[in-house]
Amino acid sequence: MDTEEALPADPLAVRLARDLDGTFEAVVVSHADLVYGLALRSTRDPAAAEDLAQDAFVRAYRALAGYPPERVRGLHLRPWLTRLTINLAHNRARDRLARPAQAPLDDAHLDVADEAARPEEAVLRRESAAAWRARLAALPRHYGLAVELRHVHGLSYAEMAEALQRPINTVKVHVHRGVALLRAAYEKEIQP
Amino acid sequence: MNPLPSPDLMRTAAPSDLAPTVLFRVGLADEYLTVESPVGPVFVARNGRGVSATAPAFRADASDAFEAAFATRFGRPIRPARRVDRSEVEALVAALREGRGRGVRFDLRATTAFGREVLDAARRIPRGEIRPYGWIAREIGHPAAVRAVGSALGRNPVPLLIPCHRVVRSDGHIGDYAWGSAVKRAVLATEGVAPDEVEREARAGLHYLGSDTTHIVCWPTCHHARRIQARHRVPFTTVGEAVAAGYRPCRDCRP
Repeated sequence: MDTEEALPADPLAVRLARDLDGTFEAVVVSHADLVYGLALRSTRDPAAAEDLAQDAFVRAYRALAGYPPERVRGLHLRPWLTRLTINLAHNRARDRLARPAQAPLDDAHLDVADEAARPEEAVLRRESAAAWRARLAALPRHYGLAVELRHVHGLSYAEMAEALQRPINTVKVHVHRGVALLRAAYEKEIQP
Repeated sequence: MNPLPSPDLMRTAAPSDLAPTVLFRVGLADEYLTVESPVGPVFVARNGRGVSATAPAFRADASDAFEAAFATRFGRPIRPARRVDRSEVEALVAALREGRGRGVRFDLRATTAFGREVLDAARRIPRGEIRPYGWIAREIGHPAAVRAVGSALGRNPVPLLIPCHRVVRSDGHIGDYAWGSAVKRAVLATEGVAPDEVEREARAGLHYLGSDTTHIVCWPTCHHARRIQARHRVPFTTVGEAVAAGYRPCRDCRP
């Protein structure tokens, strides 16, 4: 099985290779939700996720500044940033485990704040959003990550294979099983 | 079978401050604060790489004018700092008072290698002392580049923190300053240099000062020269004249 399915050149990476400082803002803005989403998935705490997402982008900038232009030009930014963020999150989590006292996981971000004084439809929509995010967060780790990359952030299977360093068929299986589990969880909730 | 909800229903948007904070940390955007200096409030701009600019905040210039001038000069966006540590402000106040930028990191990306050498040499002039442009030129090994030294000092992005105000004309006149010569004279006065007296002595031909007990010759504002008692003070117009009279140049102020 091949993990490399030829991804098309990333136009933003081509611009980055020419002008890192002039292009980096566009990189951050267009990948902020992806990197923050991955950080939140790992830390389950909005403040920690923001710190982690910042650090991931700072590392990305330093790496880009050190790479030769031809390497930057050939990057696929979504998989590259996904991989960088997951690795950083993994290292942080390992460091956290190595330290003694640690704050408990905070799932408060899964609730939706300030629901008062909002149109009912919007409240329903937000409740539903929170419920879906909670179901997604409850999936086994590999399935949840695969569903999130594919269906929340819109990565292609080829991008996911590159980001996760797994064969394309494996990531497809993870997405399909994850989606099946999500649906099962949803149906169980509405028809107990 | 119900389909999955739309992606944006499951997506958590990144905080709006994520991008500006990242750009600040990597040095692609700056933030500034207002800090008290010996000559009044000044704007201090910085990013994740260090302090990038200082500007007078005591003029009628609104902060809008500073922001516009900064963006034009450095080509980066700037905004007022949102979070300021007290320890950062204290460090900046101390550095502005001392005029040396000790313990302050600078972002001098816009400065040429030559310009950085000039600024490094200016940082070696102690508070309360002055040196002429030619001294900097000689210190950095380009004795003929006196005019280039002058323009490099004029482009100092961080006046007060890097003390370009301590560099004066070779004829002893206090000379120009990025923030105007009146501010230069005022800063020097707060550091214990009397600009009027310096100019008067220079006009009278006093460019160097020796001690007839140690037979060492100094710049007149050198801390060693200041300790020479009145009856032992020997004025000189050139170092050559002093050397001919049996004096050796001071190792600290290197006249």
